[in-house]
Amino acid sequence: MDLENQARIKELGEKYGPKELVVILGSSDPDSAELAAETVTAGDPTYAGPLAGVPLGLPVYHILEAEIKEQIDPKVYEEQVAMMEMVLDVEALTAAVKKMREEHSQL
Amino acid sequence: MELKGKKVIALGDRDGVPGPAIEECLKSAGAELAFVTTECFV
Repeated sequence: MDLENQARIKELGEKYGPKELVVILGSSDPDSAELAAETVTAGDPTYAGPLAGVPLGLPVYHILEAEIKEQIDPKVYEEQVAMMEMVLDVEALTAAVKKMREEHSQL
Repeated sequence: MELKGKKVIALGDRDGVPGPAIEECLKSAGAELAFVTTECFV
């Protein structure tokens, strides 16, 4: 994950914590989804950025997960996301993010 | 997990769902966007 983004996430994560702050991903493949989810929960696994060794424990979801989709205005979802939902592997993305969430999110 | 009233970080992907699209969706769900970005993994 981009190092500047890690710095911003670290700042927000420490300011608000996992009760107030949620991370929503738009990743295109399960590997990058898992890496991003791990970074915002357990810390940067590549030890390259500001989140190395910083387990923020934030709740993390993919925008295509059913639990998130059902809370979005269907018209907006259709306009913004529906096309990508058809081409991305929703099941694999959900599984990758869910695994990290269950292992490392504090909530 | 209810999005309404939560602060959200939207980490979009240029080849997946970009940050601004996530932002529009989450605003409609009543969340407050704290940080929106779009990463490029290429």
